[in-house]
Amino acid sequence: MTMNVIMRDREPRAEDLIKGETGDWEIILGLEVHAQVTSNAKLFSGASTEFGAEPNTQVSLVDAALPGMLPVINAYCVEQAVRTGLGLQAKINLRSVFDRKNYFYPDLPQGYQISQFKHPIVGEGEVIIDLAGGRSESVGIERLHLEQDAGKSLHDQHPAMSYVDLNRSGVALMEIVSRPDMRSSDEARAYVTKLRTILRYLGTCDGNMDEGSLRADVNVSVRRVGEPLGTRCEIKNVNSIRFIGQAIEYEARRQIELIEEGGKVVQQTRLFDPKTGETRSMRSKEEAHDYRYFPDPDLLPLEFTQEFVDHIKATLPELPDDKKARLIADYGLSPYDATVLVGESARADFFEAVAKGRDAKLASNWVTGEFFGALNREGHSIEESPVTAKQLGELIDLISDDTISGRIAKQVFESMYKTGRDPAKIVEEEGLRQVTDLSAIEAVIDEVLAANPDKVEQTKVKPALVAWFVGQVMKSTSGKANPQVVNKILAAKLGLSSDD
Amino acid sequence: MSDPIKLSLAEARDALKAKKISAVELTQAYVDEVEAGAGLNAYVLPTAEHALNMAKASDAKLARGEGGALEGLPLGVKDLFCTEGVRTTACSHILVGFVPPYESHVTSNLWRDGAVMLGKLNNDEFAMGSSNETSYYGSVINPWRRAGDTTPLVPGGSSGGSSAAVAARMCLAATATDTGGSIRQPAAFTGTVGIKPTYGRCSRWGIVAFASSLDQAGPITRDVRDAAIMLGSMAGYDPQDATSVDRPVPDYELALGQSLKGLSVGIPKEYRVDGMSSEIDALWDKGIEWLKAAGAVIKEVSLPHTKYALPTYYIVAPAECSSNLARYDGVRYGLRVEGSDITDMYEKTRAEGFGDEVRRRVLMGTYVLSAGYYDAYYLKAQKVRSLIAHDFIKAFADVDVLLTPTAPSAAFGIGENSDDPLAMYLNDVFTVTVNLAGLPGISVPAGLSSQGLPLGLQLIGRTFDEETLFKAAYAIEEAAGVQPAPAAWWKA
Repeated sequence: MTMNVIMRDREPRAEDLIKGETGDWEIILGLEVHAQVTSNAKLFSGASTEFGAEPNTQVSLVDAALPGMLPVINAYCVEQAVRTGLGLQAKINLRSVFDRKNYFYPDLPQGYQISQFKHPIVGEGEVIIDLAGGRSESVGIERLHLEQDAGKSLHDQHPAMSYVDLNRSGVALMEIVSRPDMRSSDEARAYVTKLRTILRYLGTCDGNMDEGSLRADVNVSVRRVGEPLGTRCEIKNVNSIRFIGQAIEYEARRQIELIEEGGKVVQQTRLFDPKTGETRSMRSKEEAHDYRYFPDPDLLPLEFTQEFVDHIKATLPELPDDKKARLIADYGLSPYDATVLVGESARADFFEAVAKGRDAKLASNWVTGEFFGALNREGHSIEESPVTAKQLGELIDLISDDTISGRIAKQVFESMYKTGRDPAKIVEEEGLRQVTDLSAIEAVIDEVLAANPDKVEQTKVKPALVAWFVGQVMKSTSGKANPQVVNKILAAKLGLSSDD
Repeated sequence: MSDPIKLSLAEARDALKAKKISAVELTQAYVDEVEAGAGLNAYVLPTAEHALNMAKASDAKLARGEGGALEGLPLGVKDLFCTEGVRTTACSHILVGFVPPYESHVTSNLWRDGAVMLGKLNNDEFAMGSSNETSYYGSVINPWRRAGDTTPLVPGGSSGGSSAAVAARMCLAATATDTGGSIRQPAAFTGTVGIKPTYGRCSRWGIVAFASSLDQAGPITRDVRDAAIMLGSMAGYDPQDATSVDRPVPDYELALGQSLKGLSVGIPKEYRVDGMSSEIDALWDKGIEWLKAAGAVIKEVSLPHTKYALPTYYIVAPAECSSNLARYDGVRYGLRVEGSDITDMYEKTRAEGFGDEVRRRVLMGTYVLSAGYYDAYYLKAQKVRSLIAHDFIKAFADVDVLLTPTAPSAAFGIGENSDDPLAMYLNDVFTVTVNLAGLPGISVPAGLSSQGLPLGLQLIGRTFDEETLFKAAYAIEEAAGVQPAPAAWWKA
């Protein structure tokens, strides 16, 4: 795919520029993301798409390109592409055309890939990316088209031969082409992250990069600030967000060094090697294939009605940007917390279940703090969490009604996470209920004051020492005393003014 | 029964139903004919045992008073149709030893209706040719000879095995395919009837592809009624072919014998091409008179873009074939010639696997789709193709059916045109327009040349109006009278 030069006009940000020997350089980035469509069957055959099956067990006669076999479009994949287009705020083309992209390769059984060249199913759209410090940028989407994936060549199975696994042959991909609107590796990473989030919200791609469900071709060029676009190189098939960042950093510096040393960037396709962190040339423009695109005569143009599109539109879930705005408006969350929560719809859903009818700030702190911390530590997904939203909500209720203190709550949470038990039960069985009985607390305080007359004297000079007494009281009550009550009584007894 | 092979398909069907003959007897008679005619090289793979087993099963059904429309009728199958468990090569070396694990939709329909398969029939390699001389299995010899001359003649192509086998009574009827005339021209060359139905009428699923936007299956038969019966079984919607059309298949036999009164027949003036033999001209005039006598109204019509049809066809068809044949790469099935690396293996395999004509078309097709040439050739050809189709739409606003010769000459000698691809391509001048426009066309025998060779007339109809074709073709057949069968010199 050639990169379109339509791009957003942006003032370069000083922090995005790369310092070279001869001055500052701006990186121009455009991405082509290949996202595997979530569907049970392939784009043009009924074979299964399940990941991880034995080689060549999910191959139909069509996928293996036997003589006389014909492709038939999978309507569900079309629906998924339209759904994705709507999620990218993009123009849906009611008529699109499948073309053949011709080239020879052993893992391409037909000798051509069925793709969409001149008339893609989805046209221009937009993705808002979320960056550090609450900054956001708009990245233009040029197009989204449907195409078949190829099979897989296995080069490590035989000393002299390569084997071919056709399980992936014919699986539906969406190629999502961005405008060259990104200016730093951070933006590129934020773009892929956001795109993946949107696809997962929509349920149109699982976004599992380690299974190859999402891969990016990264177009990198550099220019001196204010100068016209430089020659680009395309880094093929980068399969993790971290690698995308590394590949861009390496490639931009390579190009800058090359130009500054008097050389010229040659348009070429490059590969990123995660072991060395470098990119290397795969083929130059001269070696590029002539794909001889032409409309696939086995398939009629793909046509559907606006009603079909409207029907899909009506079933779209709330998308991350809308959800973020709503979380900020409804729960008073900070943009940062809201961004963290909407990164996965399951997180946001969990938060909302916890926050409903409760103190939103407290809920947000618990969800993004203790809860996410525990998930990360244990390597659990939300779905695998031993603590349900209902249980975490009950824990927060126990804090709010002063049954336990925040500190005890953390202890209860750890126990919940380990055992999956309800918080009330843990509090009851382990005797963690906060002591709010004033006379009981007063008795403990009196005891502490009596045992430490010297400290009482010092406190009169240095009121901050009250904290020491609070600590002693909490210690004596195993943390179960209500800290506010302790503070209040201590202040009164020590003759200090209470803030409370 | 004295000589069962003299029965037409319709007559044999009725004889089987009336229990005047058994399917096994009929099939055995044909098995013997196939053997006796081996010298014509019409069959690349006779399947006698398979045929007799199918016939036995048919007899059992017929005995119970059951059986489909073609129960017990022995047919030949062009080697372009994939047949489950039976070698299918499209008569190309590149598919050496390929045995499909599936049955084409069209042949499935035939077996569903009870037909018996006698074997696989020769054709031009991947259906690319007009004389059946490009087959990896060698030329087919036309059962017809010029009067007093033993020069072997071509049976037409690409369905030359089908036309020769039907003409030589080596099957009751045969399946065939037509991309630019490959059913109609061989039918004309052998005194048989061949119909290429509307694009989308028969499923292409399981037929080895040549040019996907032009390929259509159809039958070659001894007479019009047999063609109507065969097409009725072959046609039908198939969800496995996205270009198949979902509409009911009429009982085509009902169209036969209907009056032509008021039928408007167009004579396209552009089809009177330079250098056409006066014999063909005279035949055409005779056809016009016959239809007029049967009550039809004759009108001259214009198809102004006719002269661009051949060049358009020879851009579109090779373009599609260059891509369709990319799958024959030595990786998964068929021929593999080992090489030093993958590219070397590809090159050696394809060089050895494809014959000259196929290579020529793959090269032409690759060229016209190449960067820098696409707009000038492929894109322009597609535009002209639309204009050609539009010519027909305009003509059919005025007339119901068109009458033209099928081919510009009678059958020619083997080797006569094989060094001159352009002369060979001219054979398709009257037939390619029909494929480019997706219309139905039928060739019907209309008499013999002065040298005693069969000549055919072509009728072209509106999309999905095969019934009018059958009706008009039947009238021509009636008017032309009983046509002789070729003398069975090959049995001597």
